[in-house]
Parts: sequence; C-alpha cells; structure tokens
Amino acid sequence: MSGLDAAAREPPARAWRPPPLIASRGLRWAIYLGALAYAVLAIGTLEVNWARAAEGLSRGVRFIAGFFPPDFVSKREDILEGLMESLTMTVVSTAIGIVLSIPVALGAARNLAPLPIYLFCRAIIAISRTFQEIIIAIVFVAMVGFGPLAGMLTLAFATIGFMAKLLAEDIEDIEAAQAEAVRATGAGWFQWVAWSVLPQVKPRLVGLSVYRLDINFRESAVLGLVGAGGIGDTLNTAFDRYEFDTAAAVLLIIIGIVLACEYASGFIRGRVQ
Amino acid sequence: MADGVPEWRRRTPRQDLLVWFGWFAGLGLALGCFHYISERTIWAFVWDAPTQGADLIGRMFPPRWSYAAQLWKPLWDTINMATLGTALAVVAGVPLAFLAARNTTPSGWLVRPVALFIIVASRSINSLIWAIILVLVLGPGNLAGILAIALRSVGFIAKLLYEAIEEIDVKQVEAVAATGASGPQLLAWGIVPQVMPAFAGITVFRWDINIREATVLGLVGAGGIGMQMQASINVLAWPQVTMIFVLILGTVLVSEWLSARIRHAVI
Repeated sequence: MSGLDAAAREPPARAWRPPPLIASRGLRWAIYLGALAYAVLAIGTLEVNWARAAEGLSRGVRFIAGFFPPDFVSKREDILEGLMESLTMTVVSTAIGIVLSIPVALGAARNLAPLPIYLFCRAIIAISRTFQEIIIAIVFVAMVGFGPLAGMLTLAFATIGFMAKLLAEDIEDIEAAQAEAVRATGAGWFQWVAWSVLPQVKPRLVGLSVYRLDINFRESAVLGLVGAGGIGDTLNTAFDRYEFDTAAAVLLIIIGIVLACEYASGFIRGRVQ
Repeated sequence: MADGVPEWRRRTPRQDLLVWFGWFAGLGLALGCFHYISERTIWAFVWDAPTQGADLIGRMFPPRWSYAAQLWKPLWDTINMATLGTALAVVAGVPLAFLAARNTTPSGWLVRPVALFIIVASRSINSLIWAIILVLVLGPGNLAGILAIALRSVGFIAKLLYEAIEEIDVKQVEAVAATGASGPQLLAWGIVPQVMPAFAGITVFRWDINIREATVLGLVGAGGIGMQMQASINVLAWPQVTMIFVLILGTVLVSEWLSARIRHAVI
C-alpha cells in the first residue's frame, strides 16, 4: 500500500489528453490557421449595410408583431388552392420520379451495368443533383409556362437524381452470393433483377421513397417563388401584399404538414427496415 | 400442379389481393392528383415546350465567357455566405442538440419538447423563405443570406447530432462517471469524444448543401451569385445565365468532392 500512497503523492508527469480528431499536429495547426485566415478574409470582404440592419432590427419587432395572430380565414380560398397544388404536385412528382429513377439506378450500379450505360446514368444523376430545384424550376417555367406542371416536372427531375444515386449505392452493396444463386437457376436478366436485386434493396427503396415524399413537399413550398405553383405562390403573394398574418398562417400550415410527414415517414421506415 | 405438387407461391391469394389493391389505390391517387394539376395547366404552352426549349437552348449558347469577370466577387460572397452560415448554425445547433437528446437533456418534459420544436420549425422552413423574411427585416444583402442559411441549418445539424448523441455507447459514459466525474466533465470526456466524428461529418455535409442553397438565395435579394442570375433573367440575357450555371456547376462539383474527401477522412 505504501507504494500506492507514494504514487498518489507524486504529481502527475503530465495530464492525459484524449487523442485529437486530426492526429497530425502540423496538419491540425495548418487547418486552424487556415480557418482563422479564411474567417478574417471572409468577414472582411463581406459588405454588410450595418446601418440598414440596425434600422431593420428595431423595426423587426413591429414586423414580427405583424405575424400575430396568424390569419387562416380571410385568404382561405387562396391557401386551400395553394395547398392542394402543393400536395398533388408532391404525390405525382414523387411517383413519376421513383418510377424513372429505378432504371437509372440500375444503370448507375457498376455491378450491373456496362461502362457506357454506367457513365450515361451517372451523368444524369450529376446534372439532376447539382442544380437547386429553384434553378431547374426557372428553366421548366420558361418551357411549359407558369403553373403546377412546371413544379411537378422540377420535383420529378430532382427526385430522379436523389433516388437513383442512393439506390445505386445500395445496389452496389448487395450480397453477391444471393445474386449468384438466382443466376445459377438459369434466370434471365429481368428475372435476376426481380428476384435477387430487388428483394435486397426493397427496404431501402421504400425508405427513400417516403423520405423523398417529405422533401418534395418541403420543396414544393418554395417553387412558387419562380412561378411554378404550389403553396409557395400563396406565401409569396402574401409577402408581396404585406399580409404577414396570412403568411404566418401559411408557414404554420407548412410546419404542421412537415411534422405530420416526418412522423408518418419515421413510422413507415421503422416498419420496413 | 400436374403431379399433385402444389406450385410455389410467394403470397396467399388474400395477400395478393391486398397488394394489388394497394397498387391500384396508389395509382388512382397519383392519376387523380395529375388530373388536378392538368386542369390548372395551359396545355397549349406545354405542347409548345419542345419549340420553346430548343429556342431557349439556342439563346443560351454559347455562354458569355467575358461575363465571368463580373462574377468572381458574387461567387466569393456565395461561398462565404454558405461557410459563415454553417459556422453560425454549428454555434447554435450544438447546444440545441444536447438539449434535445434524450440522454443529455436537462429536463425531459420541459426543455426537450421546446428544443425539438425549434429543430422542426427550423427544418421545415426552406432557406429561401427564411431569406424572404430576413430581407424584409434587414434589407437586401449578404447578412440576410448568412442568417437564412444559419436558421435553416440549425435544425438540420441539431437533428442529426442529437440522434448521434442518443446512439452513443453508454458503457464509456459509465466508466467516466465511475471515476467521479462531474456533469460537465462527463460531457467533455464521455460523450463529446464519441460524437466528434459524426459532428464533423454532419457539418461538412451541411456545408456542401449550403453551397447549393446559397447560389439561389440572391433570387430574393439575399446576396451572392443569385442576384446576378435574377438580374440576367429579368433582362432575358440567357448567355449570361448559362455562364452563371457553368460557374455554379463547377463550384458545386468542387464542394461535393471536397466534402466527400473530408467525410472519408473523418468517418
């Protein structure tokens, strides 16, 4: 025991520290310094009109007060119309997007597709994923005119990239032994996909579809800004007319539906996976 | 069936019927919804779309390369908006995540629901809508963009982080507690090291998304390259719009590559 006592009296040589996230000390300091230099540079070149911001903040209270109480009633027709457009847009675009994304996903999985098809499908995914929905909506509105059809096409297009990328990754990770077993029975290509690939990726497919439904509704709420229909149209009009109480009502409805979607999708994904 | 051996079936007839009914109902819903949309569509414009599209593409190409000289500053602003917005979101989102996680929240019935509501409200409102509100309050400019990005990202970062916190290994925390560590020490030595990789991954992931979002915030006046895009579209200067698209494409590809590299290194 005396040895232990002596050890306890001895001051520790150095305090133990947990291993840092970035192991190399040089790299760590380089990153810290780089981040600091960037922050100084970025904040320095930021042109912020502080006078305008300060003025806005004092008005902000009055502005926020304009949101209360939310007015669901006086623009009820417009809100319902926008909501119906958003919901229908969400359903159709998700359905079309999923149907179209499955062949693209099959083509974008390296273990299924030959190289030319693989590259072609990956290019579709890259284009669909790079641009914000709003940018795609601008192009579609220019092509098919104002209204929910442009929004529907936009969301379907965005769904293809999202679904196909994640699904392709899942297809690339399937259990090869099962696929081989089905092939050994003499199955044709379609039979092979239907009985070995599909069952393995099905939980993921369902989960992603439900998740995307959720995202599409959220996105449908802003496409109205560029004329692609939906509740965003109603919201934008409310802001333009300074009807903040109606805008608040629309925002609350969006939050409510997103919340419901999230619970429902969490429940469905829990059941499937 | 011929030799008395029943044919293998995947489902019972009853299940078959249910599955078919499900598909039928789904298809009916989608068709009904499409009918609603189609009633609100001027189909003459749609049939015209190939001509319009060809015309648009004809006017978009070639891009006006010389316009790029005026775009570097807005592009730099765009990237800054995304980065500073993400940084702000981290500052606000991390405490929020600890308040919302079931195992670290100070009060399960008072603080946690409030934190969860803040997270959902932040997540359900798109950064463009936040930007509209902020532009009205603060005036047009980068500050509105940064705050819009931050407000949307807080919920995202806090949600993924609190899920990571809830999934930590309890044994490590117990081991630290067994040494007589106090609450803050427990947090710093038992929990934080476990969620650090997830935290870094989430932050970089959100930054990548924010770069994309920051490119369009200018459409409502919140600064960045979107302002140039809006101006060019308003005067129908499509070659300039193409130039902006090319720059956005390049930026997004670089940021995606960078974030993938960092996430691979961390996780």
